[in-house]
Amino acid sequence: MRRTILPPLLAGASGLLLWEGAVRVLKPAAYLLPPPSTIARAAVADSGTLASACLTTGTSALAGFAFSAVLGVAIAVFLSTSRWIERAFHPYAILLQTVPIVAIAPLLVLWFGVGGRAVTASAFIVSVFPVITNTLAGIRSVDPALRDLFRLYGASRGAVLFRLELPWATLSIATGLRVASGLAVIGAIVGEFVAGFSEGNPGLGIVVMTSYRQLRTDLLFGAVGCSALLGMVLFGLVSGGAHLLLRRWHIAAS
Amino acid sequence: MPAVALQGVRRSFGDVVALDGVDLSVEQGDFVALIGPSGCGKSTLLRIIAGLDAGEGQVAVDRSSIAYVFQDAHLLPWRTVADNVALPLELRGVPDRGAVARALADVELTDAADRYPAQLSGGMRMRASIARALVTEPRLLLMDEPFAALDEITRNRLDERLRALWASRGLTVLFVTHAIFEATFLAERAIVMSKRPARILYDARIELGERTSAVRGEPAFAHEAGKILAALERGSE
Ligand SMILES: Nc1ncnc2c1ncn2[C@@H]1O[C@H](COP(=O)(O)OP(=O)(O)O)[C@@H](O)[C@H]1O
Ligand SMILES: [Mg+2]
Repeated sequence: MRRTILPPLLAGASGLLLWEGAVRVLKPAAYLLPPPSTIARAAVADSGTLASACLTTGTSALAGFAFSAVLGVAIAVFLSTSRWIERAFHPYAILLQTVPIVAIAPLLVLWFGVGGRAVTASAFIVSVFPVITNTLAGIRSVDPALRDLFRLYGASRGAVLFRLELPWATLSIATGLRVASGLAVIGAIVGEFVAGFSEGNPGLGIVVMTSYRQLRTDLLFGAVGCSALLGMVLFGLVSGGAHLLLRRWHIAAS
Repeated sequence: MPAVALQGVRRSFGDVVALDGVDLSVEQGDFVALIGPSGCGKSTLLRIIAGLDAGEGQVAVDRSSIAYVFQDAHLLPWRTVADNVALPLELRGVPDRGAVARALADVELTDAADRYPAQLSGGMRMRASIARALVTEPRLLLMDEPFAALDEITRNRLDERLRALWASRGLTVLFVTHAIFEATFLAERAIVMSKRPARILYDARIELGERTSAVRGEPAFAHEAGKILAALERGSE
């Protein structure tokens, strides 16, 4: 434990010290690069704003992630039902993936209105593809002999799905969900740039935009730090959840 | 009525003709070893009998009570041994813990019931796979080189176990192998297949008495094995 935590902690601390020292010596304009001490002070002073922004963005990201998890697996199951269906739909899935989210975000505002629902939709769109592709790959990798075995005993489609395909794909699905958790936070913040509320409880994307307009670079850094923290928290939650879910797999692999 | 009756069975994969006009009839309760060079079409034949693959020609098999054992154990890694063995009953909608316990006892795996496949040796995994096949009390057991990946001592022990199960259960067994001694020890009838496309080169009963492990050292055993070997060599010329 100490071996894995100590080195990055030391590296981070020395990086911050270097940054602090360089800013004090070179004295760049405060709006270009504030020193870490100033950022920390701003983060403490505006801790209420940042905390509520984290909560707003986190809620949208989590909701978007939940939709991704459920719909992503469902879509992959649908695509896996036949080679023909997969061939028919897969190119469009890839096409959709290549459309940048900032280009779609205005559409989301038109459809869902400004606010949490459009932001959630943005988080969903950005995070759903890794769930689909990983689930599909997992289902495709099922041992053909086991498929034969299920067929031999006259297994229903439901039995094949729930007793063979999904358990077999669990490890890949977990990988997809881990990737999706990080992307959901990114999707939510990008969504807020276009579709976020500035009244009420603004999210991190809005805090980033307003502090940028007011040249409050210290608060901007604080919001960026919070975004990273939020992404890590969600990633940690999903990894932990997956670990619990996969306990049997871990026993099986031990 | 024979347990398996094939007539003029043909199967090709694109340009590759795996089976071309195979006739085969297997009586109820017989133990038949299918021997042939690898790639000659033995697995294809077994899959057609099981209904997992379709060929041309006439195929008459009572599939109401059939089980299949693959070359590797192919267990579900997230299920314990007992739950793996229970799978066929679950899929058929007739769960029966008693039958699972009996099948585990048949392969001497009762103590490992709650362990996961990754915690077992190769031989134990294979025994679990056989218990899974036996749990539905099948009348026809199809085995595709089931012990090929095991060491010789483990394989001999499993052969003896299988032979005893066959004798006590009144099973019909079709056992694919390319090990001549294994075929000689196990089977009542040996069928030797040619290189692809598979034809039947040799088909004879194995004239041996009781199959204790000592039988492997008897002159009659070597004589029977020699006949199979000669047929196999004729086929690979
Ligand atoms: N699904 C398949 N697609 C294409 N070729 C196959 C397939 N299954 C078997 N074959 C070919 O048919 C021949 C017989 O295969 P198989 O029955 O597996 O042989 P054996 O079990 O005797 O080693 C081989 O040449 C193999 O490459
Ligand atoms: Mg084979």
